Amino acid sequence: MNAIKKPRKITNTFAKRWAEFVIKFKWPVLITTLALAIGLGSNGNMEFDGDYHVFFSKSNPELEAFDALQEKYTKDDNVVIVLTPSNGDIFTKENLSAIEELTAEAWNTPYSSRVDALTNFQHTSAQGDDLYVDDLSYESSTKTDAEIAIIKQKALKEPLLVDRILNKSGTVTAINVTVRLPGKDSAKEIPEVTAFIRNAISDFKTKYPNFEIHSSGLVPLNTAFFESSMNDLMLTMIMLIIVIITTFILTRNIYSTVATFIVVMFSIMSAVGFVGLMGIKLTPPSSVFPTMILTLAVADSIHILITMLQKMRKDGYNKKEALVESIRLNFMPVFITSLTTVIGFLTMNFGDVPPFWDLGNITAFGMTMAFLYSTTALPALMAILPVKVKVKKETSGPEKISWYKSLGHMVVKQPVRLTIISIIVIGLLTFLATKNRFNDEFINYFDETVTFRTDTDYISENLTGIYNVEFSIGSGESGGINNPEYLRKLNAFEDWLNQQPEVVHVNAFSEVARRVNRSMHGDDENYYKVPDSREEAAQYLLLYELSLPFGLDLNNQINVDKSETRVTVTIENIKSADMIAFSDRAEAWLQNNTPKPMHSIGVSPTLMFSTLGFRQADSMFTGNIIALILISIVLMFALRNFKLGLLSIIPNVTPVLVGFGFWALYKAQINTGMVIVFGMTLGIIVDDTVHFMSKFLRARRELGYDAKEAVIYAFETVGKALVTTTIVLLAGFAVLSTSSFALNSYMARITLIIIFSALVIDFILLPSLLILTSKKNTSKETIKELNPQVQLDK
Amino acid sequence: MKKLILIGIALLSITAITAQSAEERGLQIANEADKADQGFKSSIVNLKMTLKNKNGQTSERLLITRTLEQSDDGDKSMIVFNSPKDVKGTSTLTFTHKIGSDDQWLFLPSIKRVKRISSNNKSGPFVGSEFAYEDLSSQEVEKYGYKFLKENGNLLIVEQDPVDPKSGYTRRLVTYNKEKAYRLEKIEFYDRKNSLLKTLTYSDYKLYKGKFWRALTMNMINHQSNKETQLKFSDYNFESELSEDDFTQVALKRAGK
Repeated sequence: MNAIKKPRKITNTFAKRWAEFVIKFKWPVLITTLALAIGLGSNGNMEFDGDYHVFFSKSNPELEAFDALQEKYTKDDNVVIVLTPSNGDIFTKENLSAIEELTAEAWNTPYSSRVDALTNFQHTSAQGDDLYVDDLSYESSTKTDAEIAIIKQKALKEPLLVDRILNKSGTVTAINVTVRLPGKDSAKEIPEVTAFIRNAISDFKTKYPNFEIHSSGLVPLNTAFFESSMNDLMLTMIMLIIVIITTFILTRNIYSTVATFIVVMFSIMSAVGFVGLMGIKLTPPSSVFPTMILTLAVADSIHILITMLQKMRKDGYNKKEALVESIRLNFMPVFITSLTTVIGFLTMNFGDVPPFWDLGNITAFGMTMAFLYSTTALPALMAILPVKVKVKKETSGPEKISWYKSLGHMVVKQPVRLTIISIIVIGLLTFLATKNRFNDEFINYFDETVTFRTDTDYISENLTGIYNVEFSIGSGESGGINNPEYLRKLNAFEDWLNQQPEVVHVNAFSEVARRVNRSMHGDDENYYKVPDSREEAAQYLLLYELSLPFGLDLNNQINVDKSETRVTVTIENIKSADMIAFSDRAEAWLQNNTPKPMHSIGVSPTLMFSTLGFRQADSMFTGNIIALILISIVLMFALRNFKLGLLSIIPNVTPVLVGFGFWALYKAQINTGMVIVFGMTLGIIVDDTVHFMSKFLRARRELGYDAKEAVIYAFETVGKALVTTTIVLLAGFAVLSTSSFALNSYMARITLIIIFSALVIDFILLPSLLILTSKKNTSKETIKELNPQVQLDK
Repeated sequence: MKKLILIGIALLSITAITAQSAEERGLQIANEADKADQGFKSSIVNLKMTLKNKNGQTSERLLITRTLEQSDDGDKSMIVFNSPKDVKGTSTLTFTHKIGSDDQWLFLPSIKRVKRISSNNKSGPFVGSEFAYEDLSSQEVEKYGYKFLKENGNLLIVEQDPVDPKSGYTRRLVTYNKEKAYRLEKIEFYDRKNSLLKTLTYSDYKLYKGKFWRALTMNMINHQSNKETQLKFSDYNFESELSEDDFTQVALKRAGK
């Protein structure tokens, strides 16, 4: 018996010595930890990266394919400025002049390479025997009403304009500014473009108040990412206030509150230092790290402080004794729970989305430091601060039965019934959980409080789609894009695409070939088809290209070798799965209807985001299994009991299933941010199980209670602590759930459900299972009593 | 106080004088360069154009350029495409004008017709290259405003502002070599938002007829797209004695055959 008890004694002795050491050298310890926190913190560097590329790992095949396409043609990001004149008609002298003016200003956008607008659209026409290519409306202020009527007529017939730059009724128009970001420092380049555009828009609004203006595009998307990172970082302030209030309510002691505040600040300073040292640039998912660390770190301090104050208040210990006793009792549990949390966060590295690697690593580091500070700086501070409490007489009397105890009584009366009900409820919710569908529509990452979202919604309702899919269609030979066979097939693909219900607009080179052919034949509509011979096609193209002005060439559509062309398909707002299905359908059409060189895969940022959730889920699967195994091993070690370690998997896994089941009733759409919750919440909710099981085992083995009595004992001893930590966690994730960024807010919301479910399961299902499994083993009880040791006493 | 104002006026007038002379000197350099190249009468040259994208993928075009010098107006030129095969025989005829837009025709062998090109647009890329048509056409003095910037040994740097509002550039920084008959060494092009767009470097200079410097290699780098175009000239012929008759629409049709 003694031999077996030894390890526990060793840890207890270790914790006790640790506490005594810290108290003895309280000043040196405090100064050392302060120096460490400041040392790390001084390396801190908060830089943000808003470029949407950060969501994709270097090896992401969709990103590689998209980059390859951009290298072939032009690499471009864009800003769409959408203008809606209040008179409901774009085609007036004043409105066209205003558009011309803003278009000219848009050319001054930093890094701009191209500006497409209604007025500078290169209209192709035949004038006698000559090809005439010119701006659709140049110097509009000099035009007569009759000329403007002709411009309107031309514009509304132009397939390259309608549903892209102009809506069908001629009431809304867009200016599309293409920028070529050097990509050296996106934290500098993107704000530069954004500031210019915002300025240009506000100047324009002052001069032309009759225009309503909305803007969207990839640069505003990046800006929205950028700004939501900063907003989410601001949530830290709210969380800090909540930490202070919660600590004060729970400990009812000002010095404890101060000490907790210092410990969490040290932890965050260290994490910020880690960000700087590792050169991590913050993104929306990783910018929530301070709130995460605050939420998780404060629990460590609260456990230690509550025990200490209880020992002083109830048991009349003096401050030093109470502190040593509290450290002795809490060292292991705090260590184990920190360890499991760190494991949970580190599993994010298994995923395929780099911002979550950063979030996992920063939080894991912060938690490690929080453990260190909670066991050093915290007791040192408490030893220094003049903590005084009133010693309470046992006024309430032993006969008063606590709420937790009565809950325990209720559970032990009907373990079979509760187990069956739990299993039915969990089973039902697990079934529902399978009804969730991945959806990573990046527009919906932002809620309606974000201008980017509302502007984009306006544009997709009134003008064109925001999502697109691109194909690079090869001809298999140099100059082969002028081969009539290629042009006919490309034309057929264009036609097929236009027939698809989700397609808003198609931009294909075959349209250019048709248009020029028509103009070469005196604008005869019968020639609105691709040319019949290769020489004709090539020479018409040469003529057309010679006629185009600066910045409006075909280099964004044709590669240098003239062997491939780019097809851009604009799509309605549809769900990720439908987007992938559409791209697959188009790829299959090419395979069935065109020769091999023309086969191509669909690429675009939209598709990259569409597949992101699936890719993340696939890659996180292994990570989650590893987390589950590792954490179960930690539990078996901590409880020194294989069977209970195995049993613990049930209350640790089921909350996630329940969480996703409720989610199916709430939103039924899951995004990339939610894939990480299994590993993450596992590390957090496992604490409940550990505490409950350890108290149960202690009652069985040390106090010789039977299973039912042991359950009631566990309720009595840890019930309140579990509710307390759950409340702190719920508060933290509730703060995060207010984020305007869905990857963060959805993740926080489902974590709220999971953490709450975990508590309910630990109070209902876990004790029932403990009673049921113990019953079967009553005969072996003597053997079992020899085995075990409980590490996690309080 | 009076003194101060006087000094102020004096300073202003000095600035005005120097500004004036910077512009004059710029114009003077351009005129010198123009004069130095006068009298070559006509030339024929083969041209290989190599387009290179960011990844180093290349594409080639072969052309022949004929030029006829004009004394009172801009030069006339004819470009005949020899490759790629599907545009073989396609040729352009250009009459540059000192003032106003140029005239340009294109002969398309596939339909055996001459088409006039709307010359309002000459800022676009020439056959997909990094050269705009305005970079390749005859450099007439009247097409720019000038401002001398600095002297660097033999090299004179002059800022040129295009007169044409449809130009793709706000300005060009042109480096002349004073010692070598004011030949061009380098041009830097600034786009409409006034950021550096392209750099053109002239190299492999050869002196013809003891007077006319011709660069046999011209390399244009686009700094924004990281694409490049190289022009290699060969077999310069100044003895062909081309005449006005070789630069007509009839001649254009003939050249393409």
